Amino acid sequence: MLALGYNAALVATGAGLLGVAAGVTGSFLFLRKRALVSDAMSHATLPGLALAFMVMTVLGGDGRALPGLLAGSALSAWLGVLTVSWLSRRTRLGEDAAIGAVLSVFFGLGIVGLTVIQSLNTGRQAGLETFLLGSTAGMLFSDALTIALGGALTLALAWLLRRPMLMVAFDPDYATATGRDVARIDLAMLALALAVTVVGLKIVGLILIVALLIIPPVAARFWSDRADRVVLLSGIIGGGAGVTGALLSGMAPDLPTGPIIVLIAFGLFAVGFFFSPGRGVLAAVLRHRRFQRRVHMRQGLLAIAQGQPVYERLTLRLLRRAGLIRADAVATDAGRAVAAKALLDEHRWQILRADPRFETAAALYDGLRPLDTVLTPDQLTEIDRNLRPEAAT
Amino acid sequence: MELDLATDNGQPRPETTRDDSPFAIRGLTVSYGDKPALFSVDATFPAAAMSAIIGPNGAGKSTLLKAALGIVKPVSGRVTMLGQPLKRALDRVAYVPQRASVDWDFPARVIDVVLMGLSRELGLLRRVRPHHLDKAMTCLARVGMDGFADRQIGQLSGGQQQRVFLARALAQQAEVYLLDEPFAGVDAATEKAIIGVLKSLRDDGKTVVAVHHDLATVTEYFDHVFLINQTRIAEGPTVETFTAANLQATYRGRLALQQIDRLAG
Repeated sequence: MLALGYNAALVATGAGLLGVAAGVTGSFLFLRKRALVSDAMSHATLPGLALAFMVMTVLGGDGRALPGLLAGSALSAWLGVLTVSWLSRRTRLGEDAAIGAVLSVFFGLGIVGLTVIQSLNTGRQAGLETFLLGSTAGMLFSDALTIALGGALTLALAWLLRRPMLMVAFDPDYATATGRDVARIDLAMLALALAVTVVGLKIVGLILIVALLIIPPVAARFWSDRADRVVLLSGIIGGGAGVTGALLSGMAPDLPTGPIIVLIAFGLFAVGFFFSPGRGVLAAVLRHRRFQRRVHMRQGLLAIAQGQPVYERLTLRLLRRAGLIRADAVATDAGRAVAAKALLDEHRWQILRADPRFETAAALYDGLRPLDTVLTPDQLTEIDRNLRPEAAT
Repeated sequence: MELDLATDNGQPRPETTRDDSPFAIRGLTVSYGDKPALFSVDATFPAAAMSAIIGPNGAGKSTLLKAALGIVKPVSGRVTMLGQPLKRALDRVAYVPQRASVDWDFPARVIDVVLMGLSRELGLLRRVRPHHLDKAMTCLARVGMDGFADRQIGQLSGGQQQRVFLARALAQQAEVYLLDEPFAGVDAATEKAIIGVLKSLRDDGKTVVAVHHDLATVTEYFDHVFLINQTRIAEGPTVETFTAANLQATYRGRLALQQIDRLAG
């Protein structure tokens, strides 16, 4: 990394820490199903950003001083969050409508602010637009330090609050009943997201920071069914995207940093989306096809055993390929044997499902499972005692 | 007609009349919007007994529990648990919410959910130690789910999910157990397992209160009933209170008369 030069290393470190903080914080929002609140939040930073610039300029300071800009954007973003919470709790508006309203109004206000600044002609306004899409060009050491410290502090707080936040995300009613203040825990969670948003303004920009909060947890969810691991993995994915994106944008300075980081995060998401063995699309399609074939096979066998014709093309193909029927759809000897066994299994299941003593086993019936995988041989004999003679043959 | 209004009508009584019953509600009114879901309800649940909250759909049964626990903010009224205001007694009260109230696709294993019952013990920072896991496993064993500890919760059947919720409540080692429709949509094996656990809690002197929807099992399962339809209709020992007349007043024509006679006969 040092070979790339001091500035690139600086930016990559900052972006990496930001990515980890965003991935970790975002996973709590995602699990609480409130990820989009962060979108309203990030857009609501803009009026504060513009106002802070104006105030600092009027006071004779440098309008672009990062700490001042971040403080201003944090204030207006928090106002946006409180407005969303208030609208969705106290009025008939749903949270989605509240988010839409706050997002657009605050963003509009911010754009007006930016336009006013441009017309003020202070000569130093150049660069404020970079907060929209993020930029790493001309990042100072103090900027990187602010970002790194903010990211680290957010991470520490998220770690401290992880248990209450997960509890509230899973079951808010239960959390209340055990004496947790759910509203306060939610606000703490949003405050962490706010910290990430504000810290990330410089590198990723306010339009795309929401992607860094949402994509890593969604990507991580493909790989684990445990909340703690989703949080950890999400942090790793966010961090990886941050570092790689910053380095890439350092090599091609014309490309804005934010979009590159987000696209890399999306790439990591796509890998899980397609290839995750548990929740991936590919695995789901394969599982469904396998299941479909088993159903067709079973239906075909039952039809053969009962002397009924088979019409379904897929069923015919499967039976033929397994050597259970001939090309002219007449059952082979092997086919008749397997079919008889399937029918016997079905008859046994019918008896079992009518018998209250086997209630637990009956719940396993899916039309596919062979009964001898469910019952002991003794129980099978018990069932067979009830078989009608013509079915037992 | 004689009006059966609540004793206090929501007015706080002076603290000198301390109520030592494990779970008492006075003048509780809850509304969604302007329509009261519960109006000035009084209830007293006895210790070391199993009580059922019974009433038709929309009668405010679940709301009663939720308001009693502070999940829903009441318009007026007072709740005491174990002779204390709700806030100070919450650590000795365990709540089993309706199974359908959470998203079971949440990334958690069975053991993770049960460990939430130990959250007070674990606090913010303490690590999960073997003795915490042992405790959680004991609770799972009590509901017959110890073989499922590492299972993802989304893979469980409805009855198994309900048993996991009960195990989480057991882990709290509470004095009062409040359950919202614990038998709704569960299989017979689960119903048997749950009722066994609840009876053993009662025999240990705990207070068990459940919202219950299956009128056919009331006399078999519960010692005490509380009949509600927006207001309190009747409360008392099952044998005295679970009568045809009270059911008629609670369900107001929603149950056929012969049905009532069969249940309360």
